[in-house]
Amino acid sequence: MADKRMTGPEVVGRLESGMTIGIGGWASRRKPMSLVREILRSDLTDLTVVSYGGPDVGLLCAAGKVKKLVFGFVTLDSIPLDPHFRAARQSGSIEVAEYDEGMLQWGLYAASIRLPFLPTRAGLATSVTDTNPDLQLITDPYGSGDELIAMPAIHLDAALVHMNRADAAGNAQYLGPDPYFDDLFCMAADQAFVSCEKVVPTEELTRDHHAATIALRRLFVDGVVEAPNGAHLTSCAPDYGTDEGFLREYAAAAKSPEAWQAFSATYLSGDEETYQRAIAARDDEELSA
Amino acid sequence: MSDISRAEVCVAACAEIYRDNGEILASAFGTIPAIGVRLARHTFSPDLLLTDGESHLVQGTWAVGGPAEGVVEGWSPFRGIFDLNWTGKRHIVMVPVQIDRFGNVNISAIGDHAKPSVQLVGVRGAPGNTVYHATSYWIAKHSTRTFVPAVDMVSGAGNDRVAAAGTGASRYHDLRKVVTDLAVLDYAPASGAMRLVSVHPGVTVDEVHAATGFDLVVDGEVPVTRLPTDDELALIRDVIDPRNLRDKEVPA
Repeated sequence: MADKRMTGPEVVGRLESGMTIGIGGWASRRKPMSLVREILRSDLTDLTVVSYGGPDVGLLCAAGKVKKLVFGFVTLDSIPLDPHFRAARQSGSIEVAEYDEGMLQWGLYAASIRLPFLPTRAGLATSVTDTNPDLQLITDPYGSGDELIAMPAIHLDAALVHMNRADAAGNAQYLGPDPYFDDLFCMAADQAFVSCEKVVPTEELTRDHHAATIALRRLFVDGVVEAPNGAHLTSCAPDYGTDEGFLREYAAAAKSPEAWQAFSATYLSGDEETYQRAIAARDDEELSA
Repeated sequence: MSDISRAEVCVAACAEIYRDNGEILASAFGTIPAIGVRLARHTFSPDLLLTDGESHLVQGTWAVGGPAEGVVEGWSPFRGIFDLNWTGKRHIVMVPVQIDRFGNVNISAIGDHAKPSVQLVGVRGAPGNTVYHATSYWIAKHSTRTFVPAVDMVSGAGNDRVAAAGTGASRYHDLRKVVTDLAVLDYAPASGAMRLVSVHPGVTVDEVHAATGFDLVVDGEVPVTRLPTDDELALIRDVIDPRNLRDKEVPA
């Protein structure tokens, strides 16, 4: 089996400005944040981002990486609205395609199974059709008379997801409560990159867990990055929960350009190792406070 | 029991949303609906399914504001939730930021969608929910800020727009109730326009009209919303909301 292990910078080396990039996880849960941070450090720009959005979206917006966002929501869970995303929207600096959450799933699924579209009722009679004027309707060819939305395939140039464990070939496992849509993101993409808490020998994946927890099969994975604490600030249950204190600091960094500069200088100016050290130092400070 | 609060009246009214719903997934957003749905399952709607807010279906009755405590009876991850929703076996209570006369709601953005004056969370699952299964709404502060003549970004489909969109949208569209801190409302069958069902104790019909930014249908005398029973009050106060989070949502 091919050894697909690579580094975060090597993943970003496979991406190009203008690409459509899908980001797995859900809101503040199991986001591939170390790979998102690599994008922040890169000169990539004009990205179209597809996400069940959390701080991945806020950070990419704040760093000016996003040309267009394809989304159904952006939330930090404990903080209902992401202020960085709000600032980007309220200044009109990003384009959006706003869909029902299930339409997003449908679009990714259509891309996965190589269909141009899948029909759905979701979105009918709402402003989703007004704000996405390219959405087409299709009449049931079997005669019910129902007019349905033909949700177009959301084809991804690349997918980024984070899992608890993976082997070097890209079989990747979630140990938390929910696979989210990470398998669909990978299947809908030309290239899929999975970061994980720990790369383990294949036999370890099923030593204590049902094979159904291996949500990603290697035939849909192109690169594996070992990134301990790589989902940080978001949760990666059961390895760790959301860093709620840091989440508040992240949100507060949207208050002013100066606040963002300070946050960026402290946490985002160095490499991933520097970031993790800064987080560890911050934790020590909180403990001694 | 005496001194029944407005919040407790609202809890019972939210529980009533789930009466005779049978065996469906009950998803209730907002504190008072979350209390109400647990009250309904504990009493008159025992077949409802509830999640822990993450991915497990959990039996039993546990307090709001803390982790679910009960027997796990199934798995309902986000990865499968839209499949379930689209089967129709669900009744959701959502919390709109704006709602109009025909039950169109907005949770997405205020102002011009290309450059909103206030960006909210996004349409979430509201478009799909409203055309696929039963949907009700909870509004903790009934006011003309929320009850508006027209919503900015229609996230959940109302009766007029669904009728205009045809059977693709209308076949399973099923708007049920709107519960607020002042009243219970539904929709007049013929027109699909919002109708006053009952006013909470101590609230007048005129107050409801004044707090609503459009005309409400009123059929004759408007009854008063029922009070929670003593048993229901004990459940609310001692079991489901011992920390009294309900008063934070609807102050006494």
